[in-house]
Amino acid sequence: MPLLTMLLVVPVLGAVLLGVLVPRQNGLALKAGGAGVALVNLILAVVLWARFDPAQPGLQFEENVPWIRALSFQVNYHLGVDGISLLLVALTAFLMVLAFLGSWNVTERVKEYVITLLVLESAMLGVFLAADLLLFYIFWEVTMIPMFLLIGIWGGARRIYASIKFVLFTAAGSLVMLVAMVSLAWTYSATTGQTTFDLEPVLRMRLPVATQVWLFAAFALAFAIKVPLFPLHTWLPDAHVEAPTAGSVILAGVLLKMGTYGFLRFCLTLFPEASYRFAPILVALALVGIVYGALVALAQQDIKKLVAYSSISHLGFVMLGLFALNAPGLQGSLLQMINHGISTGALFLLVGMIYERRHTRLISDYGGLWKQMPLFSALFLVVALSSIALPFTNGFVGEFLILLGAFNARVVWAAIAVSGMILSAAYMLWMYQRVFFGPLENPENRNLADLNRRELAILVPIVVLIFSIGVAPRFFLRPAEPALQMVLMRLPQPGAPMLSDARVAPALEDGREALR
Amino acid sequence: MSTAWKDLASLAPEGIVALGALVVLFLDLGERKERRRLVAGTAAAVVVAALAAVALAITRGVGAEPQRLFSGILVRDLYALLFDGVFLLSALLAILLSVRHGEREEIPAGELYALLLFSLLGMMLLAASAELITLFISYEVLSVAVYVLAGLARKRAESAEAALKYFLLGAFSSGFLVYGIALVYGATSTTFLAAIASRVSGYGLLGNALLLGGLALILIGIGFKAAVAPFHAWVPDVYQGAPLPVTAFMSAAVKAAAFAAAMRVLFAGFSDLASIWQPVLWVLAAVTMLVGNAAAIPQTNLKRMLAYSSIAHAGYVLAGVAAYAAGSEAVGSVLYYSLVYAAMVIGAFAILVMVGRDTEERQELEDYRGLAQRHPWSAAAMTLFLISLAGLPPTAGFIGKLFILLALIRARLDGLAVLLVLASVISLYYYLRVVRYMYMEAPAASGAEGKQEALSRSLSLRVAVLMAVALVVLLGLFPTAALTLAQTAGITLTEGGIPILRGG
Repeated sequence: MPLLTMLLVVPVLGAVLLGVLVPRQNGLALKAGGAGVALVNLILAVVLWARFDPAQPGLQFEENVPWIRALSFQVNYHLGVDGISLLLVALTAFLMVLAFLGSWNVTERVKEYVITLLVLESAMLGVFLAADLLLFYIFWEVTMIPMFLLIGIWGGARRIYASIKFVLFTAAGSLVMLVAMVSLAWTYSATTGQTTFDLEPVLRMRLPVATQVWLFAAFALAFAIKVPLFPLHTWLPDAHVEAPTAGSVILAGVLLKMGTYGFLRFCLTLFPEASYRFAPILVALALVGIVYGALVALAQQDIKKLVAYSSISHLGFVMLGLFALNAPGLQGSLLQMINHGISTGALFLLVGMIYERRHTRLISDYGGLWKQMPLFSALFLVVALSSIALPFTNGFVGEFLILLGAFNARVVWAAIAVSGMILSAAYMLWMYQRVFFGPLENPENRNLADLNRRELAILVPIVVLIFSIGVAPRFFLRPAEPALQMVLMRLPQPGAPMLSDARVAPALEDGREALR
Repeated sequence: MSTAWKDLASLAPEGIVALGALVVLFLDLGERKERRRLVAGTAAAVVVAALAAVALAITRGVGAEPQRLFSGILVRDLYALLFDGVFLLSALLAILLSVRHGEREEIPAGELYALLLFSLLGMMLLAASAELITLFISYEVLSVAVYVLAGLARKRAESAEAALKYFLLGAFSSGFLVYGIALVYGATSTTFLAAIASRVSGYGLLGNALLLGGLALILIGIGFKAAVAPFHAWVPDVYQGAPLPVTAFMSAAVKAAAFAAAMRVLFAGFSDLASIWQPVLWVLAAVTMLVGNAAAIPQTNLKRMLAYSSIAHAGYVLAGVAAYAAGSEAVGSVLYYSLVYAAMVIGAFAILVMVGRDTEERQELEDYRGLAQRHPWSAAAMTLFLISLAGLPPTAGFIGKLFILLALIRARLDGLAVLLVLASVISLYYYLRVVRYMYMEAPAASGAEGKQEALSRSLSLRVAVLMAVALVVLLGLFPTAALTLAQTAGITLTEGGIPILRGG
């Protein structure tokens, strides 16, 4: 079976097998099985990375078979990875393993839980692998129901409200995007006589700007809700706070990235002129999000809520980088998508670990944990520092590139964004200080156990990644350079050169050929 | 063989249903109690035989070239054959639903199945009618049978109320229809759709008040049966009062029949007036889907909720009709959606029968509390049907809506397309509320409700659910064949499907 299809099939197949073979009572076997399946997928993703040719700009490992072939339209089962999706596929496969390991204390309806997570994994990978608009849409929508169940069944006190809100927000945006997709396919058929949703031919068509503008708006609405961009973010804190740990990790780590990935993959390439026109508006919203998210995070009493609002701020950075519409901005954004997945995913896992011990997330219930749980505190510190972009951590590289991009585009943008960075240091370190330093006053915190082996097994790979990306970002950025270059080439204004332009130049020629 | 005999031979599916209905009536004479199963089995066999006849006709290419029967009052084309398939499939599922339900609710078997078959006959003729008087007669055969079906649960007052309401309002709508036919005849001096089509422009009747009035009245008559707003007021009470299998049959088949007739009348007879009726349908479709969805939100009774949602779905289908300019794609989308809707809505009703343990009880949301923990498979099937009804991938409901959207966009009805998806977002709210009750609410405390544990596990019901699940999944994952067939049928209807008759 081809590698990409395998990535999609393994989780679903695993879900079916676990569902049929393992009895409901054997929760541990179910969780271990789920983690095993996710691990297999991670290995597949690593194989994919190893065999990926970083010099090529286009899609690799392509699979393209007609799926629906009606008289009037065609939908292809078209999969492929380029450097952009490669990174996100790897991130998804990585986080899913951690999500399973972080769910060890789920005891309620474990079977459904494992099946839901595995189906969700397939759908998310599908989103990043699809090279057909409709196929992309289908995977995109399919992620919604497992997430709805995840929040609604295994979530906190206000889980039902949060889950319904999540669905209604997401669906409202994505269904409008569906209309835009159909419209796009129709536009294509008006010039070629053939209605297809396949991205490859559709990309070859240059749309009139007027058409681009409203199609862009429809796509952007769906993506902006998912990111979420201010003022469409209100579903996020609810969903995050109510979701179980794994749900929060996936939500922050992967689902939000689907939004920014959508902007990068579809909005910028399909509607370049419109992207250019909308950029100031989107950047303005992103900047508001950066500052607003950080300020609200500063005021939170609940650690999980604080992390949730910090997500809004961080995703604002990603959007800023994307719509700076230049090379460093795009590179920084892509890297920051990965970074945010790792750091915020880790923060949610850490919050989950402490919540499992004390069943509270209120900052005021803690204090002085450093003495009681040194290992936990140290790892929390590393993750917190990566989240506020300390040099030598992953966050620094991403945010630096984004700021560089923003600076190149407009100095004001960078100036405002920097204030967000400062605020992020403030809320994160202040929270850290209140939780971990000071005297250990609350007697209930006296008996807290430090990390166990399973928890260490979750956190150590994260810390390794945080520093690897921080020290050697080129290794992670290089595969994506040609693909990002392709995106830039479609934009009306040629971007600044990439980090290693000389290496990419020959491949670019191929890319230009492909575009003709 | 004379032409009449040949024509009769090509009406094999209709013939099987008509004869089968009589056989069922005779079987029911005498030992009624003992023969319930036999009667039900016979009815199911009749439907299966008719389905086989339809399938055989399609595979042998009957109807690829439209065939005029009985001097043109009926036409045998792929369009009618495919709609026959939808009706027959709905009938089969409805029969499976009513085997045990009929026993528990003491619904007389002979009447139930015979009337079901007679109404089926009416639908099949309606879809094939190419002449307005024939259309009216088929409409009445269908209607009268369904009026009685709605009232068959004689021990329940609501059922009688439903039948009476349906009958009174239905009689009015028949009046509208027949009056409309008279007006159209007055304007064109013919009742043949093909002749009407040639005379509308030929006689310069484009702005003729008589003709337009007639068309409007015909549309009201048919729109009533299709549950199109503002002619939908009867739907909630009638759907809620009628026995569950009948409700399922009505929402799937009767509505499809109405759309089959409407589309044939509009596309084959009045296509020259499209610039006039098309905007009207636009508005009606928009109103219907918004009204249906908005009214479904506060419902706590699932049967009633499905009734309102069925109005909303009538709106989606009507949007497909309004996409007239997309030609065969519009017709195909209506056909495909009718099939898909039949599978998913009868599937949902089957779960209602299961949870109600073959009675008309336990239809409240509360009764679904924690269903997933006790009956994971039934809950999963219900979730599938609801997701499909909401139009989410990868189900058949999604492909159905996608096809309608494609037709709308091709007809440049972007506004209606956006309204359709927004209406779908509204519908998500109440469909997912059921999912929420099944999965996210704790089961009611045992004890008094301890008996809540059991579901109906009758074989026929399980077969029905499995069939519906298979259809929803397969039509969602492998829609190519059905889509192609539906659109081919659209071509036979839109491109000279009905031979032009000269003279009266």
